[in-house]
Amino acid sequence: MKLELRGITKRFGSLVANDHIDLTVEAGEIHALLGENGAGKSTLMNVLYGLYQADSGEVLLDGEVQHFAGPGDAMAAGIGMVHQHFMLIPVFTVAENVMLGHESTKAGGVLDLPTARAKVREISQRFGFHVDPDALVDDLPVGVQQRVEIIKALSRDARVLVFDEPTAVLTPQETDELMGIMRQLKQSGTSIVFITHKLREVREVADRITVIRLGKVVGEAAPTATNAELASLMVGRAVELRVHKEEPKLGDPALVVEGLTVIDPVGHLVVNDVSFTVRRGEILAVAGVQGNGQTELTEALVGLQPRVRGSISLDGIELSTASVRKILDAGVGFVPEDRTEDGLIGEFTIAENLMLDRSEGAPFIRAGSIQRGVLDDFAREKVAEFDVRTQGIDEKVRQLSGGNQQKVVLARELSRELRLLVAAQPTRGVDVGSIEFIHKRIVEARDSGVPVVVVSTELDEVTALADRIMVMYRGRIVGIVPGNTPRDVLGLMMAGEVPAEGAAA
Amino acid sequence: MSDPQEPQEPRGDAVGAHDTDADVAIEEPAASSPTAATARESARAAAMGPAGTAPPAAGHTDVEPPSRWHTMGQQIVTGNAIISVLAVVLALIVGAIMIAFTDERVQETSAYFFSRPSDMLLAVWDSVSGAYAALFQGSIYNFRRDDFLDGIRPLTETLRFATPLIAGGLGVGLAFRVGMFNIGGRGQILIAASVAGWIAFGFDLPWGIHMIVALIGGLVGGALWAGIAGLLKARTGAHEVIVTIMLNYVAFYLISWMLRTPGLLQAPGSSNPKTPAMMETAIFPKILGFLGPQFNLHLGFILVIIATIVVWWILTRSSLGFRFRAVGENPNAARAAGINVPSVYVYAMLISGALLGLAGVSQVLGTVTTGFTAGIDAGIGFDAITVALLGRSRPWGIFIAGILFGAFKAGGFSMQAAEGVPIEIVLVVQSLIVLFIAAPPLVRTIFRLPAEGGPRRPRPLVSKEVEAK
Repeated sequence: MKLELRGITKRFGSLVANDHIDLTVEAGEIHALLGENGAGKSTLMNVLYGLYQADSGEVLLDGEVQHFAGPGDAMAAGIGMVHQHFMLIPVFTVAENVMLGHESTKAGGVLDLPTARAKVREISQRFGFHVDPDALVDDLPVGVQQRVEIIKALSRDARVLVFDEPTAVLTPQETDELMGIMRQLKQSGTSIVFITHKLREVREVADRITVIRLGKVVGEAAPTATNAELASLMVGRAVELRVHKEEPKLGDPALVVEGLTVIDPVGHLVVNDVSFTVRRGEILAVAGVQGNGQTELTEALVGLQPRVRGSISLDGIELSTASVRKILDAGVGFVPEDRTEDGLIGEFTIAENLMLDRSEGAPFIRAGSIQRGVLDDFAREKVAEFDVRTQGIDEKVRQLSGGNQQKVVLARELSRELRLLVAAQPTRGVDVGSIEFIHKRIVEARDSGVPVVVVSTELDEVTALADRIMVMYRGRIVGIVPGNTPRDVLGLMMAGEVPAEGAAA
Repeated sequence: MSDPQEPQEPRGDAVGAHDTDADVAIEEPAASSPTAATARESARAAAMGPAGTAPPAAGHTDVEPPSRWHTMGQQIVTGNAIISVLAVVLALIVGAIMIAFTDERVQETSAYFFSRPSDMLLAVWDSVSGAYAALFQGSIYNFRRDDFLDGIRPLTETLRFATPLIAGGLGVGLAFRVGMFNIGGRGQILIAASVAGWIAFGFDLPWGIHMIVALIGGLVGGALWAGIAGLLKARTGAHEVIVTIMLNYVAFYLISWMLRTPGLLQAPGSSNPKTPAMMETAIFPKILGFLGPQFNLHLGFILVIIATIVVWWILTRSSLGFRFRAVGENPNAARAAGINVPSVYVYAMLISGALLGLAGVSQVLGTVTTGFTAGIDAGIGFDAITVALLGRSRPWGIFIAGILFGAFKAGGFSMQAAEGVPIEIVLVVQSLIVLFIAAPPLVRTIFRLPAEGGPRRPRPLVSKEVEAK
């Protein structure tokens, strides 16, 4: 089915999220929609899916103008959407999830599950999905859950499939499998809109690429375009794609972790007997698929995990039993994985967030009272230094973009006297321009002699920053390898396979 | 996070395609690549190990999502002031309709509405305007009195009624700002009133000192009673709503028992569940006493003004208040920033309880000085929640809201006396105010206000992109 968007404009008050966007997706084409966070990709797709009404412009399917009052209309017209955050009910089976929303019933209101099961089997077989219709969604790996989403869309005879940032939650292997699925769908004549900001994936699978910036189409590109070309189209200026870093000037071992075990509330060992050392002036990157204990490891390092065994010592000081306050005071900077949840208080101003972890004593508190003047000066200085794009230091952090929010976190953590920096997913949900800046600052911290632990599920980030790479799988260390280890080796290690050589670095 | 940082040289198409193949070769869909699959399985088995732990679920993180209760609470508690004002306006309009409906003359004239509609409209106007005029005269200024002093007396009564409401509202509001629902105002007021009252009638101390000791005793009593809930939440995670509600019952029946037991709170030689009168040395002086004996406004009002300033300072200027607000807005981030969240809960409840204690003390030492019963709280513990909501948990907002509710209380009686409006109608208006505040979208829809936060921040259903903006 051929999809056409003509002159779509969508305003939110004074913000023009989509400005006369034209997009044509031919039948059996994979069309990538590339743009930074906030460029207007998702808004456009929400217009297409009937969640928003466009202020002007029209949606055409096979040349016919459509009017979608809601997702129901869009689905009926043959548009399917695979959301980044799956719209599945975890305690339902695959078949139940697939039939959800258009449940067919037999006499007496009994759900017609057999038909749904048969449908799941039929679609799985057609595309080689290997999905058991009776499995509970909760028990399935993320990649398979995504396939359930795809099956859901296909079971409603979707002829146009929209994938909204589908690879954000996948391992490199699962990503490759998804690419395979997309190619298969394309061969069966389905049109695919692939929304992403990852250049590698786009070039791998897309037939055509449309780049959106600030709500406007800024260009079309062929998949043969280079990363640099695509990135500069996205950002609107030339982007430094590589992190410039010198050879590390290694100092003494600073952070020594021995036999660290973290037990979660239900008694599982989420980090299992982990030992490693980080030296001054070194970046240790912890790679692994989301959910293999990296989060808990970083939380244990800053004292946020209540049940910890083993030893964490920083410059000879034992931290495994210390309170968060003590650990921060010992000079540990922490960039949490989920900034909106653990790193920032959305309703607080930028200035208030900048003093969040120094709410007692100098320099911001005197006689129990906040020193507004000192704080404001500090905040203005940091906003300038870290290039936080804002209307002022009294703007609420909630109103900043992801990249600017992350800069606030980084500004706060790096402005203390640091003896260790722990950064979890430092560039998740951050635009390309800010990624460059954040990486630069992390490398600067390393060069000033601070030991750095970076956790990332993005292989690109890991290989860009790491002096050494530690791969975690199911709470254990698979291996610690040099920073220049090839991607495919890392990919295998992330799946739990111990590399043949070079395990010790 | 993605290719922009690709450390390798930018690749041409051919190289890229080759790279793709290599990637795919690592792992085709699991089943078709037996080697990778087995390797993975063995690694998996190894990881399970002797400890026999279940694998951590993919995508699972230990981060607790903010509970819906929490988010909803924050929304109700901290909207913008315009909603409060409009809610009051709306409630007064609905109240007017109810006044008209309950008016007898309106009912009579409605019988022949279609032959002479003007009769009924006139009756409606008479009843509504009469009722609200009476409300005004009973709460702010009575034009029927000749001299200014007599005319203004209703306003001082309003402030007197407002005194405990403001104190209680500050207590509840402060707890709101720390993310806690202190529903235990009644119990805290009862305990504070009993302690203060016991000191006030049971001890012989010099004037002034007696009052101060009784005041402090009451504040400590209220603080400790609320502190129980804070401590239980901090130590065991017990939900403060349940604990404070139950402590209301404990306090009520405990005090009731003490009021019936000679030698405890019961007045000697009496069989009523009531205390003796407070001693003169402990009673709050009437601050407008020099104007005439009919002016009952007492020292409590001054204390409440001071309390408002103190709470304002704590919340906006102090390090403690910074931690309070941080925990209230996002306890996870507060914890990660080294703030001791449990201790914040305890401190917040102590201060909240002390403020509700002030409400109780002002009742026994200011308003009802002839001895009190178990009904001394007069529903203030719950009205305080309403006041805190109407004041949006902001100290000065609560101050104004408290005065408004004081006006309803003072004016309600004259509405009833002058116009025969049932006192319940005033309570209906009060309840409607809260109802409208609790439903901001309703108020916005009626007055066609833009959605919260203005048009800059649309709240899409699925888009995280705009959200990140």
